[in-house]
Formats: sequence, C-alpha cells, structure tokens
Amino acid sequence: MGLVTPDFGLVFWMVLSFLIVLFILKKFAWKPILSALKEREDSIQGALESAENAKKEMSKLKADNEQIIHQAKIERDRLLQEAREVKGKIISEAKTQATKDADKIIAQAKISIQNEKDSALSDIKNKVATLSVEIAQKILKVELSKETKQKEIIEEFLKEAKFN
Amino acid sequence: MHKKIIKSFLSILLIILPLTVIAQETHSNDDYDKSKKGFDAGTFIIDHIGDSYEWHIATFGEFHLSIPLPVILYSKEKGINVFMSSKFHHGHDEYKGFKIETAKNSNKGKIVETLSDGTVIRPIDISITKNTLSLFLSLILITWVFLSIAKRYKTTKNKPPKGLQSLLEPLIIFIRDDIAKASIGEKKYEKFLPFLLSVFFFIFLNNLFGLVPVFPGGANLTGNIAITMVLAIFTFIITTINGSKSYWTHVVNTPGVPWWLKIPIPLMPLVEIMGVFTKPFVLMIRLFANITAGHIIVLGFFSLIFIFGINVNVYAGYGFSIVSVAFTVFMTLLELLVAFIQAYVFTLLSALYFGMATEEHH
Repeated sequence: MGLVTPDFGLVFWMVLSFLIVLFILKKFAWKPILSALKEREDSIQGALESAENAKKEMSKLKADNEQIIHQAKIERDRLLQEAREVKGKIISEAKTQATKDADKIIAQAKISIQNEKDSALSDIKNKVATLSVEIAQKILKVELSKETKQKEIIEEFLKEAKFN
Repeated sequence: MHKKIIKSFLSILLIILPLTVIAQETHSNDDYDKSKKGFDAGTFIIDHIGDSYEWHIATFGEFHLSIPLPVILYSKEKGINVFMSSKFHHGHDEYKGFKIETAKNSNKGKIVETLSDGTVIRPIDISITKNTLSLFLSLILITWVFLSIAKRYKTTKNKPPKGLQSLLEPLIIFIRDDIAKASIGEKKYEKFLPFLLSVFFFIFLNNLFGLVPVFPGGANLTGNIAITMVLAIFTFIITTINGSKSYWTHVVNTPGVPWWLKIPIPLMPLVEIMGVFTKPFVLMIRLFANITAGHIIVLGFFSLIFIFGINVNVYAGYGFSIVSVAFTVFMTLLELLVAFIQAYVFTLLSALYFGMATEEHH
C-alpha cells in the first residue's frame, strides 16, 4: 500500500532539509535562546535571593534596634530608680543631720543658759552681801552715834551674855 | 511590529502568486468519481491524505486551481529530468515517457517510466511534491520564527518576553524542564535539547498545518510515514551513538535476570535487541497513525455528505451536511489537542530513550 511505504524522494528531502535546519537552529536559535533563558532565570534567582537577604538584614536590623531600645528603656528605668533612691537617701540623711544639729544647739543653749543663770545668781549674792554690809554699816553709824544707845546695846549684850 | 507582519505577508504572497498564476488552466473534469457510479469515499480519502505532484487548491466546475510543482527524476535511460508537473495536465498526459500511474498497483499515483522495451519501472524520484514543498515551507517558517526570536533574546537580555516570544517561551521551557530535564537528567540534557526542541516544533507545526484545509496547509506531512520514519531514525541514531556502557550491558547481558534466560538460548538479549529497534519503530507508527487516522475521520465525515448527496439524493446530502459539519468541527477541535499531544509524546519518548541510553548506573 502506498500509505505505509516511505517514499524515497520525501525521505531524501526530509533528511537533507531537516539536518540543515537542525544545524541552523542549533547554532543560531537554540543556543542563544537557551542561554538567554538561563541567564534571565539566574538573574531573577539572584534578584530574589538578594531581596530575601535584604529582608533578613532588615529584620535583623529591626530586631537590633528593638533590642537597643529595650535596653535603653531598662537603663532609663534603672537610672530613674537609682535617682529616686539617692533622693530619698539624701533627704533622710539631711533630716537626721538637721535633727542632730538642732539637738546639739539646744543642748549648748541649755548649758549656756545654766551658766548664765549661775553667774547671775552669784553676782546677785555678792551684790546682796555688799549691800547688806553697807546697810549694816550705815545702821551702825546711825545707832551708835548716840551715847545712850551705845550703852543700851552694851547692856543688852551683857544681859544676853550670861556667864553660863 | 505592524510593518513586520505586512512584510512577511507580502513575502508569502510573492511566493504563492506566481505559482498560482501558472496553475490557472482549465481542464475537462472527467475525474474518477464521475466516471464511476456513485461516490468512492475510499479513493477520495486516500488521495487527500497521500502525496501528490501538484498542490490542488480548489476546483470550480471544470476549472482546477492547483500549484504545479517541479518534478525531478533520474533514470538510467534518460538521465536527470527536471520539469513542472503541469506537463502531466493533472495526470492525464504522458511527458517524455514519464506518466503518473493510474492503474491500481503499488505505484499508483506515482511517476513511472516506460522504458524503450515497454517495461514500466519507477525512476529515482526526488520531485518536490506537495509534502516536500510543505516540508520546506514549515522548515522555513520554523527557522524564520526561531531565528527572529533568538535575535530578540539577544537584544533584550533579562527582559520579560514579548509577542511571539512570550507565546513560544512557555513551550521551550516546558520541553527543557518537563521533558528533557525530567527524562534525561540534569547533567546531560543540554546535549539533546536542540534536537528535542526542533523535533517538537517541527511535529507540532506540521500537525497544525495539516489541519488547515487550504494552502499553505492541507499537506498531511506528519501523517506521512516517510517523515515519521526519518524522525524516528534520527532518534534511533542519537540513542545508539550515545549509548553508555551500562546501556549496552543492559541490552546484551541484562542484570537481575536468571542465567537460564541468557544461556544456552539468549532469550533476553534477543528481546532486548528487538526492543532497541521496536522503540523507534513504534515512534514512527504512532505519529503516522494518529495523524492519518484523524485526517481519515474528518474526511470520512465530509465524504458522508457526498455519499448521501450522490448515492441517495441531493437533499439527503444537504441534510446530512449539518451533522457532518458538527462532527467535523468536533473532530478538528480534538485534532488540535492531538496535534499537541502527539508532538509532546514523540518528544517525551525520544527524551526517555536518550535518558535510558545515557544512564550510567542502576
């Protein structure tokens, strides 16, 4: 049957032309096309990878930033806490110091008041003594100026002085 | 882009026009289907799927529009003869002792030579037949398309594809990744890729061309056994040349098979050696049979119109044409799918055979 017997002419032309076309396509079409496809795929792959890397870098930076912020917050809190503590300490110290000082001053004041009082009392005593002596002198001068009086007193003394 | 389309359209016209002008000659329409009673669907179909020395486009009553093609013959008696097939006047006349055989023998429809002693032989015939011209046109188209997109790839590197490029790129990538890489392996696929791509696009394009009923389609190229044979032989040669040591060991001394299957009667080696040849043979038959069968079915549906119209009456023919056209449309859509599947299967199986041949270890 003609349908299933290969025709020599067609086989001849097919082999010849197909081989020529295969050669041309291989050299001038498939080679540049495939290499261009590969190149493009590689570049896309590279771009994707670098994007991924950039993303990772970004998230790392972000995490770092957050870490830094977190640490800064802790630091701030710590500083504030410290400051508060220092403030309390200073205030209480100042208070105790003040009380101490006040007590000291009061004690000193008391001592000096006592001293003043003592010296004033002794002064008064001395004055009173001098005054009494002076008064007595004056009285004596007045009393003893008269002869009668002198005799009365002597008599009185003598009365009292009973020779026991 | 617009200019390019116009340019290519014009160039195609320039090729076709002179051919058609030469072809315009009227002829008395005394074809076989009128000389016989009724309509002979078998002859009609076989004539349409077979090769011919002229490219018949249409018949308007008495007028045949066809492109005559060059006939190239070599015979011992007359040497090289080159002339246009129009000299035969659609197979009615004899020219220089050559004629197209009309008798029902193995040479029917082919050019035969009547020698001086009266014996009829077939000369060496490398005429540019309908299928040969179709082959050239498709190869020119493939070359032009892929060279132009290759140029595009070179100029616009690392840019997304455009136009024709974006239509063909998925197919190229599909063949590279899903056929070549998957069947042959990452290391060796590159060597076979040009052949696989060329074969795929050749078969696919010609399958599609075969579905177009008028010029430049209409030739049943991939349904021609000569074409599928050459393709299968290429696959066979590449497989054989690239066969690794383990491939041949596998053929001659199949591992993992009981010894008594090899000695004293080399049963397994015989089966394996047969397998080496049946693989490309099956490739040849599968493509040929699938495409031819599709064409026969479509033509069969069409023939039904004329069978009813001529053998029953005209109105039955008109009536049945509705059914016929519906079925033909369905079949043609199916054939579109088959066109791709057969190109895919041929390429995939070729790749699998290459993969088997180059496999190093088990």
